[in-house]
Amino acid sequence: MGAINRRQAFLLGGGLVALTLMPMTADAEPSNDAAELIKKFTGGKEAASGKISLDLPEIAENGNTVPLSLTVDSPMTADNYVKEVLFVADGNPNGGVATLMFSPLSGKAEASIRIRLAQTQNVIAVAKMSDGSLFTERKTVKVTIGGCGG
Amino acid sequence: MISRREFVQVALATAALAAGAGGTATRAFAQQKLTEKELLAFEPLGNVTLVHVTDIHGQLMPLYFREPSTNLGVGDAKGQPPHITGRDFLARFGVAPGSSAAYALTSEDFEALAKTYGQIGGLDRAATVIKAIRAERGDRVVLLDGGDTWQGSWSSLQTRGQDMIDCMALLKPDAMTGHWEFTYGTERVKQAVDALGFPFLGLNIRDTEWNEPAFEASTTIERGGAKIAVLGQAFPYTPVANPRWMIPNWSFGVREEDVQAQVDKARKAGADLVVLLSHNGFDVDRKLASRVRGLDVILTGHTHDALPEAVKVGKTLLIASGSSGKFVSRLDLDVRDGEVKAYRYKLIPLFSDVITPDAQMAAKIAEVRKPFAAELGRALGRTETLLYRRGNFNGTFDDLICQALLQERDAEIALSPGFRWGTTVMPGQDITFEDVTNATAITYPAVYRMGMTGARLKEIIEDVADNLFNVDPYYQQGGDMVRIGGMSYAIDINKPQGQRISDMRLIKTGAAIDPSREYQVAGWASVNEGTQGPPIWEVVSSYLQRQKTIRLEPNRAVKVTGV
Repeated sequence: MGAINRRQAFLLGGGLVALTLMPMTADAEPSNDAAELIKKFTGGKEAASGKISLDLPEIAENGNTVPLSLTVDSPMTADNYVKEVLFVADGNPNGGVATLMFSPLSGKAEASIRIRLAQTQNVIAVAKMSDGSLFTERKTVKVTIGGCGG
Repeated sequence: MISRREFVQVALATAALAAGAGGTATRAFAQQKLTEKELLAFEPLGNVTLVHVTDIHGQLMPLYFREPSTNLGVGDAKGQPPHITGRDFLARFGVAPGSSAAYALTSEDFEALAKTYGQIGGLDRAATVIKAIRAERGDRVVLLDGGDTWQGSWSSLQTRGQDMIDCMALLKPDAMTGHWEFTYGTERVKQAVDALGFPFLGLNIRDTEWNEPAFEASTTIERGGAKIAVLGQAFPYTPVANPRWMIPNWSFGVREEDVQAQVDKARKAGADLVVLLSHNGFDVDRKLASRVRGLDVILTGHTHDALPEAVKVGKTLLIASGSSGKFVSRLDLDVRDGEVKAYRYKLIPLFSDVITPDAQMAAKIAEVRKPFAAELGRALGRTETLLYRRGNFNGTFDDLICQALLQERDAEIALSPGFRWGTTVMPGQDITFEDVTNATAITYPAVYRMGMTGARLKEIIEDVADNLFNVDPYYQQGGDMVRIGGMSYAIDINKPQGQRISDMRLIKTGAAIDPSREYQVAGWASVNEGTQGPPIWEVVSSYLQRQKTIRLEPNRAVKVTGV
């Protein structure tokens, strides 16, 4: 498999206001920058578990386009809403996957995107709420060579 | 009219335990007496009877099918049914060694007991049993087919499952789900499902474009005064384990939350009983049952396990009805006030010499097989040793296939998929084209030959091993371990992916596999589109015709640890 140096994310609607692709770097490093990206996003603060529901397949049918759905439990009112959700993948050449921006006008903190996964790895979501609190959720997605089932 | 045999007095069997099983030599019990009446005997209970068949794999005729001698569980499943085999299985379920049940359920004494008890299965025998249950239980009966019904034989392959569809139609199932059915491709599946006359369920199948449901999720049936919701779960990893290019618009998955949502929906709509007709595989269903609330029964499939008792997980009953048409499951339920108050279960083995074939079904089977009868009966060779497939690491039928791949394709290493289906051939029997195609009849049969580095080989074997031995069943993808010819290896099933496989060696020279050297590898059943090569049944047929007589010694090429 050739080195993967492009990530594609497709916006599939669902209360999404803005989708920001992460800046790309040219070279694939053996251990990626997922942890650093999280640190930058959280400012080093600990993110709690809960609130985030991450719908990802246990085993990807096609690593090149893995469906990911996100729901964050939030009333999405002017004084209590989800501001931003960061997605990273810890086994891709680059850790960054996407950052989704929300506002109270989003109505719901829900989104569906498709991501590319080069190998079996964890996908991690971190949500930043309007009061500055942080939540995180992760799921392992297996990317197999396939075959031999039955 | 078919004259009814009251009973068959089966012959005395005194053969010693097969070599290699170690320890005590048992002798098959003499003078077992079986009757149809005994096989069907069941003290009825409650107001609902679920009848379950699954993983018939195109097998319309009685057959031999040896259950696995190795079926290892990892994590929470270690040592739990169905990961118990041989004498441990007999002890766990209180089955007498040498009994008819021991023959049907385990590999213990298989060759001797097969001579005693004969072939099992045949859809005409299943029809007799199902008709008898319906006659007794009237409108309380629900018949459910867990799938892998339309594939696994030459006539199924040639008719794209129509032979099975026509025969199953006579049984009037209330619903089915599927797995190998999908290997006939999108168009054929749609056409067959539309013409089926009963629902083909798959709550976990969505279209890839819009992520919307692609199949009916459930059906509601009123029986015995109870409202029964049957939810269907197709094999979650069909597009991973089988060619995705054949069904590019359908996406699967375990989709636990969708199962829960469907259960909740059914309960809200007033279901008294919620049944999951599943092709998840037993370990996946065990985990699912521990996490989804409100499921009364899971009719399991895919992993071909035959268990004589229901396994209870919380409030959920798990039923495992075996494969290849060997069994019919009957589960009587007392359903009142929206819950199961009591149950009684029997896994009925279809001893073909004991159960009278149903005349209507027998005629239909003869009709659908007629166009293929001549080629199916053609003897290609003869075996002196038992040919079987089922087991985690190898089976002698796969050893035969691997030998054919190595020789006919002039390869150093052969890879053959760890399918769980495929019939057993007794020592001294001819190997017919039907036997060969019972082990190979798939829609992507091309035998490839290609160069692979030692490193790539290890990567593939590690990948498949994780599909079988990942401690989380939701991450287990497929069949048994890939069968390997020409190469030996050691496996520690408890290690993580990438660390399980070691000591890979070429059997011929004993030389360690060099990660950087390229080896000539022959294999079949590639899930990649456009794979080139002759169909596997031609390669095996040609090998058999050259060899004439097959004699396979026990396979010692895989050293297993961490058990």
